[in-house]
Amino acid sequence: MYDRKKVRKISEDKRRWEKETLARVLSRSPERLSRFSTVSDEEMAALYSPDVLEEFDYGRQLSFPGEYPYTRGVQPTMYRGRLWTMRQFAGYGSAEDTNARFKFLLAQGQTGLSTAFHFPTLMGYDSDSPRAKGEVGKCGVAIDSLKDMEILFEGIPLDKVTTSMTINGPAAMIFAMYLAVAEKQGVPFDKLGGTIQNDILKEYIAQHAWVFPPDPSMRIITDIIAYCSDFVPKWNTISISGYHIREAGSTAVQELAFTIADGIAYVQAGIDAGVPVDKFAPRLSYFFNAHVDFFEEIAKYRAARRMWARIMKERFKAKDENSWKLRFHTQTAGCTLTAQQPINNVVRVALQALAAVLGGTQSLHTNSMDETLALPTEHAATIALRTQQIIAEESGAANSIDPMGGSFLVEKLTDEMEEKAMAYIAKIDAMGGMVNAVKRGYPQREIADAAFHFQRLVDAGAKKIVGVNCYEMQEEVPIPLLKIDEAVEKRQVARTREVRRKRNSKKVTSCLDALKEASLSNANLMPLLLDAAREYATLGEICDALRETMGTYTDPAMF
Amino acid sequence: MASAAARIKETAGRKKPVRKVRILIGKPGLDGHDRGAKIIARALRDAGFEVIYTGLHQTPEMIANAASQEDVDGIGLSILSGAHNYLLPRIVEMLRDKKMGDVVVFGGGIIPDDDIPKLKKKGVDRVFTPGTTLQEIVDYVRERVRPRK
Repeated sequence: MYDRKKVRKISEDKRRWEKETLARVLSRSPERLSRFSTVSDEEMAALYSPDVLEEFDYGRQLSFPGEYPYTRGVQPTMYRGRLWTMRQFAGYGSAEDTNARFKFLLAQGQTGLSTAFHFPTLMGYDSDSPRAKGEVGKCGVAIDSLKDMEILFEGIPLDKVTTSMTINGPAAMIFAMYLAVAEKQGVPFDKLGGTIQNDILKEYIAQHAWVFPPDPSMRIITDIIAYCSDFVPKWNTISISGYHIREAGSTAVQELAFTIADGIAYVQAGIDAGVPVDKFAPRLSYFFNAHVDFFEEIAKYRAARRMWARIMKERFKAKDENSWKLRFHTQTAGCTLTAQQPINNVVRVALQALAAVLGGTQSLHTNSMDETLALPTEHAATIALRTQQIIAEESGAANSIDPMGGSFLVEKLTDEMEEKAMAYIAKIDAMGGMVNAVKRGYPQREIADAAFHFQRLVDAGAKKIVGVNCYEMQEEVPIPLLKIDEAVEKRQVARTREVRRKRNSKKVTSCLDALKEASLSNANLMPLLLDAAREYATLGEICDALRETMGTYTDPAMF
Repeated sequence: MASAAARIKETAGRKKPVRKVRILIGKPGLDGHDRGAKIIARALRDAGFEVIYTGLHQTPEMIANAASQEDVDGIGLSILSGAHNYLLPRIVEMLRDKKMGDVVVFGGGIIPDDDIPKLKKKGVDRVFTPGTTLQEIVDYVRERVRPRK
């Protein structure tokens, strides 16, 4: 970025500064720590100056917003044109409960919806399955059939509001139900905007809500990609997610590397299924964590954009600029929140959210302060949303594009992050790609090692967590918690049984049979899933039918 | 640290070699958060216990069966889905049905304070809340869990 001669001069000056000015002070009072490192335990230097960027080429490494390789942002105007989408993840209890929370959030100025499903739905079980006992409505909303989906989006026009759905194993089934709701609302599919997470690889790696084994799961994903590229062109078909990888304990570099490696696997699968890359790649989006280490996170987002642009252009030969752009959602890091002195979490969330904004996120979820204890109360969720609004409207962070660009430290970290992540990706390529790496348990093991290492650092006091291993307090102010009414389970089970009684069961059976048969061929499953959803086949029934032909998956239980 | 000679003497002085304490780490319910369970499994193994990990998505039956097959002395249950009020007491019940009521059952995860006394009343020996150190858990297991006769 600088003239060579001048950089050399700066290097000399820096050495002089170290020997004279710095050494004099250090001899009297040494630094606080023998080693300074990020939360990922990457060592940080005392000072970053132009000499760390000697080979830096502005045009190649950064360029301008909206231009390849998009390090400075995917849009030319970024937040000067339009603020990021404030999208708070919500879902609990019954479809009625969550519908009310959705309407509340929209009334508070939220600009998009994001649906949290309860665990039985995430795993492809109905609420009346023995596996669902005790879990109904606890960690998200219970969706068993189209009936629940109709209630969930009652009074919410699907052509006006974009919806993100965190669903993976049974993504195709839930998406089919959403499409069926759109039909009922009279909204054509090409007007639908939104996202299904649909990232099964990170389920095996980190989040662990799956239905089928890796290979059939990848086939369903390519069916969705092909279907949407023809019929639901504005839908984001996969939200390639690092969030859960990080929450499971990975480092920032691992989050970046494994997530992009998952992205590579999906693009390859789409191409292998015969869909031209530029027909589906623009509808892939990303989802990253906003962890607590401010600069490391900003560097991570910037590196991610640059890496993806290069991979799409150079590796996959994509021609459409939209295929090169890494657009991403961010969520602040649940795992950094503490049960101790929970109000402090508001501050953590604000810092993490600011990192996401400085990193150029397209949409953001800010966690609520009470999430280490329970699902958020309305009060806590409102503070979380206000946090984003304060960043957007008051802090000035949205005034200029990529305000951290050119920081010696951030540019150096961005370069290092890319380099280290690409080394991981080369390793995964050598294993035959992420699907094979996952089957071998490679990313799973790397993450477990990192998580264990971090916990040891915390226990030893080498990594500090305020209120947990320093600045503890005996007396803590209790905050009110959301309780899920145990009656939700009873009511939900009753509703699903009623749906089964009232529908045309002959039609349901023939839909399920057709689905099983198609699963044994190369036919696209999406139209058949849509048929089944329309007839009120339940999620559990559809998944059970396909479990017969596609098999199931169990946790390898390594530790 | 005892010298090697002292250690040999100590071992020789024992009447019967005491077998290692066996701990089952279980993940009941459908939530996929296994970061804590895996970390604790490792920490207990490093501390010298024999550790068996069930893996994710276990029903109470599966956990009780694993406990009996592996003849464990203690069971650590990690749960973050909110279904603890149903699942943890159910596991204790099933252990009692298998005449394994003396197995020490402890738990951790996202469990609100209000629920802890109820769980204790139903036979869960101890519930660890977020922020617990690995050492605290290791110390607890060392103190509380003895090889069953």
